[in-house]
Amino acid sequence: MRPKVGVFDFTCCQGCELQILNCEEEMPDLIAALDIVAFREAMTERGNYYDIAFIDGACSRESEIVSLKEIRKKAKIVIPIGACACLGGVNCLKNAYPMDEVLKAEYGEAASYYDTIPARPISAVIPIDFYIPGCPIVKEEFIRVVQELLAAKVPYQPNDPVCAECKAGGNVCVFDKGMTCLGPVTRGGCKATCVTGGAVCWGCRGLIDEPNIHAEKEILESAGLSMEDITKRFNLFNVCQEGVWK
Amino acid sequence: MSKIDIKVNQLTRMEGHGNLTVKVSNGEIEEVRWEITESPRFFEVMLRGRPWHDAHVLVSRICGICSVSHQLASLQATEAAFGIEPSEQTILLRKLLYVGEVIESHILHLYFMAMPDFLGAGSVFSLMKSHKDAVLCGARLKKLGNYIMEIVGGRAVHPQAPTVNGFGRLPSHRDLLCLRGSLKEALPDLESTVALFKGFELPEFSRETEYISLTHPEEYAFIRGSIRSTDTGGASIDQYPQIANEYCVPHSTAKFAKHVRGSYVVGALARINNNFEQLHPLAKKAATELGLKPICFKPFMNNIAQVVETIHEAEEGIDIIDELLRAGMREEQISVTVRAGRGIGAVEAPRGLLIHDFTYGEKGSIVKANCIIPTNQNHANIQYDLEELVSCNLDKNEDELRLLCEMLVRAYDPCISCSTH
Repeated sequence: MRPKVGVFDFTCCQGCELQILNCEEEMPDLIAALDIVAFREAMTERGNYYDIAFIDGACSRESEIVSLKEIRKKAKIVIPIGACACLGGVNCLKNAYPMDEVLKAEYGEAASYYDTIPARPISAVIPIDFYIPGCPIVKEEFIRVVQELLAAKVPYQPNDPVCAECKAGGNVCVFDKGMTCLGPVTRGGCKATCVTGGAVCWGCRGLIDEPNIHAEKEILESAGLSMEDITKRFNLFNVCQEGVWK
Repeated sequence: MSKIDIKVNQLTRMEGHGNLTVKVSNGEIEEVRWEITESPRFFEVMLRGRPWHDAHVLVSRICGICSVSHQLASLQATEAAFGIEPSEQTILLRKLLYVGEVIESHILHLYFMAMPDFLGAGSVFSLMKSHKDAVLCGARLKKLGNYIMEIVGGRAVHPQAPTVNGFGRLPSHRDLLCLRGSLKEALPDLESTVALFKGFELPEFSRETEYISLTHPEEYAFIRGSIRSTDTGGASIDQYPQIANEYCVPHSTAKFAKHVRGSYVVGALARINNNFEQLHPLAKKAATELGLKPICFKPFMNNIAQVVETIHEAEEGIDIIDELLRAGMREEQISVTVRAGRGIGAVEAPRGLLIHDFTYGEKGSIVKANCIIPTNQNHANIQYDLEELVSCNLDKNEDELRLLCEMLVRAYDPCISCSTH
């Protein structure tokens, strides 16, 4: 029996769902291996029971809490995908302000029509079974996790820092190029795609378990960043891990 | 006719969350409502205090499908604020990156979101059995768009290479040659796309409205130019607040917009209506074959406008690569001098006119930001189109009318999480 799969979206850019649709070559095999029964962005039909529910996006409204609890009831395995779902992601930047101020800044006098709550990862709302990090998720990692689930394995979660993959990939260290990077403390598994792609690691996959935050801060400070700069750098994706990096 | 009571919660096969309500009783329309329920993310608030080198990284996350557009609008806003003029090579590479995004985004809509309606299916997944060749053709073209963004930008969603005043990494000569080959090889698939959509029967519906897009004297405008309206002619980019006139409606978390009429349209059809003569030859030929010529007031023809633009962009991609290869890729010094000031960036995202307006403080952090999104500018027109479409089709039964209304909304290729940002 092919497992029934649902893909759901909440507060996000839906780029991680697009990454699933971007598996163009693998699509015939994916469709053959999975019984996709819900995927609003790509299909009209909607099933009511899921062996696996992939969730894209953070939770930022009361109504989303209700929907997430509904999904949890109907799903055997719940897997948040992407930085918004796993960490809250960029959505949490607004949490620095009172919610009524946030609403007023966007909607002015019409603010009372709308509602929002501080953004949070899916794990803060319902129990989760695994997660696929990244902004966006890496296609190959998504396929690997699906393969492991099909083989009834607990999927592998990388815990080496981006820095290790970056060195192995032969990149020139961005610190040597006069820039700064969160690679030493960020969870790898992306093959250091941002450094390879000409930029720096922004920390979208979250912190590794037991990161050496003290050393990372020292490196950033010696590269000329103030505490304010360092905070801005960490909180682009990692507001919800503030307790670890502050 | 009896009662019609259509309530579609979370319309499917489009980006973002929108609801549709149609109520008709004894031949009288009681309610037609296009409602946006997407959760707002408050990007203008998130941007407060962001340093200049992070701004495009953050706003890219407004949209997974048109992340390149958001990056470029933002980079242009920052460059305008700092008085930076990027090199010709940077502009060419940005145009090439754009070719990738337009192809990927248009093909995603045409094959994955729109096509199932014309073939009586619920998704592209179920079409894999009945129309495998068409689905695989779409998948190949979509992959081509992504491949271009990977080569030029680093990856397809939220590319990393674009930066203020340049690229953090350049494609190699060999990469560009391979890309050129892939674009050439795609021409038969593009011809199949024309044939495929020529075979689909688009609902007959027309409603006069205003079309707004960028325009540029030397090119079919995507990443630069000034504003042009089919009603009022030219306007400069900094006049955008008087063009968009954004306003809130209680049933929509996304703002609506209007110019001289009750609503206006942006996107592929608006660009074709304003800039048709600047299309490349194969694109023009396809337009003729598909019966598309300006001025066209038929919203369902936006699908066809996307087919035509996809071909235009493939031709454009080949031309750009030839120009880059002729000049030879050069490593350029990326210099940025920060200063206080305001800058406005304007591009044509696949779904239409996109504007980012940033004000920077002295240290190069954002003090104030405003983003005008394409789909916001289409919401009011979708509402008025739906009202008229329903009134012209009161003889249809509920299922037929529901499908027709859904197809109309999809024809706009809405990007709702973008519009709510």
